Amino acid sequence: MLSRTAGNLYWIGRYLERADFTARLIEATQRLAALPSSYGGASNAWESALAAACQTDGFAATGLALDEHEVTEYLTLNAANSSSIRSCLEAARNNARAVRTAMTEEGWEAINTAWLEVSRYGTHLSSRETLAQLIEYVKHAIAAFDGANYRTMLRSDAFWFTNLGAAIERADNSARLLDVKYHLLLPRDEPVGGSLDYFQWTTILRTVSAMTAYRWVYNDSVKPWLVADLLICNRQIPRSLASCYDEILRHLDLLASHSGRRGPAHRLASTGHARLTGGNIDAIFASGLHEFLTQFIADNNRLGEAVAEQYLF
Amino acid sequence: MQAIPAFDEMFGSGEGYDSRSPAGVTHAYRAIRQWLADSPPELMAARRAQAELFFRRIGITFAVYGDAQATERLIPFDIVPRIITRTEWTRLEKGLTQRVRALNLFLADIYGAQEILKAGILPAELVLMNPAYCLHMVGRTPPGGVWVHIAGIDLVRTGSDDFYVLEDNARTPSGVSYMLENREVMLKLVPELFDQVKVAPVETYPEKLLETLASVSPRKQRGSNPTCVLLTPGQFNSAFYEHSFLADKLGIELVEGSDLFVRDDIVFMRTTEGPQRVDVIYRRLDDDFIDPLVFNPTSMLGVPGLMAAYAAGNVTLANAVGTGIADDKAIYSYMPEIVRFYTGEEPILANVPTWRCREPEALMYVLDHLPELVVKEVDGSGGYGMLVGPHASKTTIAAFAAKLKANPEKFIAQPTLALSTCPTATDGGVAARHVDLRPFVLTGADGVRIVPGGLTRVAMTAGSLVVNSSQGGGTKDTWIIDG
Repeated sequence: MLSRTAGNLYWIGRYLERADFTARLIEATQRLAALPSSYGGASNAWESALAAACQTDGFAATGLALDEHEVTEYLTLNAANSSSIRSCLEAARNNARAVRTAMTEEGWEAINTAWLEVSRYGTHLSSRETLAQLIEYVKHAIAAFDGANYRTMLRSDAFWFTNLGAAIERADNSARLLDVKYHLLLPRDEPVGGSLDYFQWTTILRTVSAMTAYRWVYNDSVKPWLVADLLICNRQIPRSLASCYDEILRHLDLLASHSGRRGPAHRLASTGHARLTGGNIDAIFASGLHEFLTQFIADNNRLGEAVAEQYLF
Repeated sequence: MQAIPAFDEMFGSGEGYDSRSPAGVTHAYRAIRQWLADSPPELMAARRAQAELFFRRIGITFAVYGDAQATERLIPFDIVPRIITRTEWTRLEKGLTQRVRALNLFLADIYGAQEILKAGILPAELVLMNPAYCLHMVGRTPPGGVWVHIAGIDLVRTGSDDFYVLEDNARTPSGVSYMLENREVMLKLVPELFDQVKVAPVETYPEKLLETLASVSPRKQRGSNPTCVLLTPGQFNSAFYEHSFLADKLGIELVEGSDLFVRDDIVFMRTTEGPQRVDVIYRRLDDDFIDPLVFNPTSMLGVPGLMAAYAAGNVTLANAVGTGIADDKAIYSYMPEIVRFYTGEEPILANVPTWRCREPEALMYVLDHLPELVVKEVDGSGGYGMLVGPHASKTTIAAFAAKLKANPEKFIAQPTLALSTCPTATDGGVAARHVDLRPFVLTGADGVRIVPGGLTRVAMTAGSLVVNSSQGGGTKDTWIIDG
């Protein structure tokens, strides 16, 4: 396969995953921001949402007021923000168009329709209802793309590169989300696990749609270390780091079995995978969750670069 | 627009569309006439809507759809097929083969021994000073000795036995995807009609194209096929969907310039499994852009070093570089002589009589007869910059005369041909519209291949003679039928 094609498919995976994550993040943050402050309804909820989306600096540069309307518009429809939902879908569609022959008709139609629909919203959010509609639509559209790919694509390099990009992006998003919430939101004098941050933690669970899953897995009230355990080590939750690395490793292995070649990306992914599946959450807490996550995000980025280098994107 | 009396392919000359009687219908159109008579207007409207829907879907598939302007760029499709009998086609096929053979021999000669110039058949300066004459190709022979691998020859018809070549397209002719898609849509739309009329298939085109490309590979491998790729200027090119469609049908990679690189005069493409050698490039990128080291230095679309690899004989470009001279409109006027010179035969397909405005006597005649002539720029295409005398106002003609006097060598003039008409579904029912025909002629090291058919372009506006899609023309499926 042409390296450019592989690169485009990989980035389609990443862009769409990012759009989906941003949609879920906004939804969960809205819920958090609506709570009375005595329940943890932090006034800095939108600040933390920006941080989780890795867009604090970009937003600050616009000089816009840090309120719900401005932040959500920036994250969803802002055309100048290259990571807004709109920009992600546009980039994904342009990539898809350039590699049209590597996609199936249904996969292409899903992505093209998603872009056409979202571009119809323009670049300004008119109301909260519009935002709610948009969020719902984006979640559906990306599920439709995943479904179309799952049902129609050949199980070969095109499929694996798309999924590889999505898994690397997902791991990055989950790690950021956990890190930001853990660090930024906990009042300094509040012991971790205090009653105040209950809503903070459930916000995380909602963002990754794992609220119910948490109950099933732990059969316990919401506790920070268990949320961290779920998001880092639990291999049943599709957005956990361990799960993402299961997937990354699987797709890299499939690519290797196809080409008969392994490289630095395989080694990095194996190391990352071993760390996640071999470790336990107590050890991670003991050595510092923030340090662990910072290291993870850096390693994950390195993996992304290694993939690009190895396959000559 | 004033109507020009023209030969109608369904009724022959004479009978009009108001006539409900089947009398006077040409043999070729008998089944179509019946089908039209059996289809009430509502059914025709439903079929047109359905065809539009199919094309929207294909449009989605081929990615033109989605950009605000591109949505409108669906080329109108007419659901009434254009019929050509096997007997007529056999003659056309012979004529096309002869003409394309002559074009290839002409190119080999003017970049080689230049016999035709020495023989004084055409003025040397017309070739050697022509901007389309490519100095980089002088003294070179492309692999397999083929210059024009893919030719699109535009034919017009003016009578039951009168076909003329209006234009040769020897650079990067487009439109073949419509020939293929139109047939697919017709098969879905009116399967019952295909039961009655035996239509020669066109679906073998990709196969024949692939064979043609493989035949000119510079590397003769045993056991493995040469690596062919399709080089596109990219997704912002107006014909991008055709490039992606063809690459898909051929099963070859659709590459952009940045996907290729040259090392030691060998072309490679960047793949996830490392560099892979490329043997044949079906390029849909103009000469000017293919190699910034040799041609336009600002081109971001090409491949630096490609011409060196080409000169070293390590890669084949289809079409070859420098073929633009063969479809130059000033050269066109000499085609009958060119055909005679290289084949020793009389041309089977006629040229449209052409006045070369560079010649003073011709210019005088043209200036005196502008209201009845069609005047074209020698290097123009797409129907732009041309004057259709009978349809132009006095002021337009006067302005054009001034342009013509200023640069006579840039223009040729031809009589306004009454292009034949075919029954066409319009909002006001079935009516006669002018058509032309572009068959595609493939030339490999092992001979000429032509699929029975081509792209019929139709001027959708009543009376209009301009069939170019950029000027509102549409397309029809072209049926070569037995009998």
